[in-house]
Amino acid sequence: MPPGEEWQAVSRKLVTVRFIVLGASLVIVTPVAAIGLGFLLGSWAAVLVVVAAVLVAAWNVWLIPRIWRAWGYAERQDDLLVTHGVMFRELTVVPYGRMQFVDVNSGPLDRKFGLATVQLHTASPASDARIPGLRADEAARLRDRLSALGEAKAAGL
Amino acid sequence: MDSPTQARMATPEHFRRLHPLTPLLRGWAYLAGAIVIIGQNALRNPAPVTLYVVLGLGFALLATAAGAVSWWFTRYGFDGDALRIDSGVLMRRSRRVRMDRLQAVDVNRPLVGRLLGVAELRMEVAGGSESDAPLRYLSFDDATRLRAELLARAAGIEADTPEAPERPVHNVPLDRLVWSTILSVGFILAVALVALLAALLVFGPSAARVGLATSMLPGVIAAVYMVWTQLGRNFGFTLAESPDGYRIRKGLLDTQHQTVPPGRIQGVLIRQPLLWRPKGWAEVHVDVAGYAGAASNGTTVTSVLLPVAPMPDVMAIVRQVCAGVDVESVPLHPAPKRARWLRPIQRRRLAYGAGETMVVVREGRFVRRLIIVPHAKTQSVRVTQGPVQRALRLASAHVDTTPGPVNATIRHRPPTEAFEFVQEQAERARFARRSDIPEQWMAQHASRVSHGDTDGDTQPGASNE
Repeated sequence: MPPGEEWQAVSRKLVTVRFIVLGASLVIVTPVAAIGLGFLLGSWAAVLVVVAAVLVAAWNVWLIPRIWRAWGYAERQDDLLVTHGVMFRELTVVPYGRMQFVDVNSGPLDRKFGLATVQLHTASPASDARIPGLRADEAARLRDRLSALGEAKAAGL
Repeated sequence: MDSPTQARMATPEHFRRLHPLTPLLRGWAYLAGAIVIIGQNALRNPAPVTLYVVLGLGFALLATAAGAVSWWFTRYGFDGDALRIDSGVLMRRSRRVRMDRLQAVDVNRPLVGRLLGVAELRMEVAGGSESDAPLRYLSFDDATRLRAELLARAAGIEADTPEAPERPVHNVPLDRLVWSTILSVGFILAVALVALLAALLVFGPSAARVGLATSMLPGVIAAVYMVWTQLGRNFGFTLAESPDGYRIRKGLLDTQHQTVPPGRIQGVLIRQPLLWRPKGWAEVHVDVAGYAGAASNGTTVTSVLLPVAPMPDVMAIVRQVCAGVDVESVPLHPAPKRARWLRPIQRRRLAYGAGETMVVVREGRFVRRLIIVPHAKTQSVRVTQGPVQRALRLASAHVDTTPGPVNATIRHRPPTEAFEFVQEQAERARFARRSDIPEQWMAQHASRVSHGDTDGDTQPGASNE
């Protein structure tokens, strides 16, 4: 996160949501894989699966809070800055005038926690300006502000 | 649905239909498909020939009848400042192509179409793979007239202005095209494959000969086909310049005629494969919004501005595309030495420069690439850093453009430099956009002349705010 900007953090609930997703997928996948491979290859395979699941869990318990902390966005006068990533860091600058449209997505789990994802689209699919884990009201505010700014500063392609 | 909406939905009277041969031409494609399927079945379980003939003809008739119905319900015409295409029998579909968003107009003539005097007209508008709007088929004269009208309307001048005169910029002679194809990896692989096949047939064990030959045949056919399409597609390649933008004509059996209006080129890639270097040739690709992902439904849409040309000519044309600014005048900054850990071979070639109007990126050791993105066409800017890059104190900057062959990635710079570049590039993009060619390119041209400023050197920030 480069200094000198007013970075906004995303909601801490994002960590909770990610932990729930991680936990649920491990609880579903691990027994199935362990039993299936255990029958096919012998009990050592089942042990291996469990060990792998524990490793994945440990790695993610370490990583998920860091990923959350790495997310940040800053609304500047002429462009939006979005930064994220722990291992692979990325900082995206999207000038408001280049925005084609704004998406707000919210899955069932996100809605339960009052979260939403705001995504900006430019004419380039590479512009990866996605901000997850925004509070619903903040997401709505950001969407309205971005579309207003996009209209005010609109330029063609 | 209330009645005013319905009235607006109804197709206006002045709308026209496509060429009456359209259902036949489309039915022909269905017949070919039917022949393939029925032929395969006939080989597996033989039955009286007449049955299959009747089946095939029935299919073709049905397809043609369906095509005729769809032809009857498809009409197009100008509706306000947009071209509207109404189609569909049960599901009515009305598509409006906004002229100010027009990115390119292509007139394609497949071989059958040329024999019957019809052509396909494609309009590219930015946005997704579904955004192209083909009119299949129009009579060739209609297609040319409609293209002129589309371009005139898009330019913001009178709709009945005749097609602007053009000035040829470059021709690709046949011998150069043939040589450039011979000097390609694909061709050399094909020759090697054929040689290997021949050697196996002569020297191999006699029992395995037939098996070997048949197993390699598809590869040989694919290679020959590839070379043939490369030659046939770019045969007689002509690039011309006109007030409507660049015009590209090419093709031996199927001909294509592309028109890319001014200011629609989003990025330029000059590429020089290793084998072309002794000849001093290079190819030029461009990003045009809407071209990428449109290569579906049979017609190939390519982004080639020049398939093969000598370097001085390439540079002259790229200078024209870049509003008269010389690419070589942009000073390039090489990547730091430590980038050799990630790019041991091409480290010395890695360089970038930011000029007055564009970003230039140089890369590639064997295949040399020069990537040019005008500041005004920058969509967004990014810095990325992977774990290895972080350990080496490096980061990459990306200048994002519309989808296409041009990807401006400035690889492996010191992080502070990458961050500074991104900040400055966002700023430069903003200023450049204010003085960029407007979407209705002729409309502004007229106002420019009236202000006595004809050379296009608008002061940044002097207008539009």
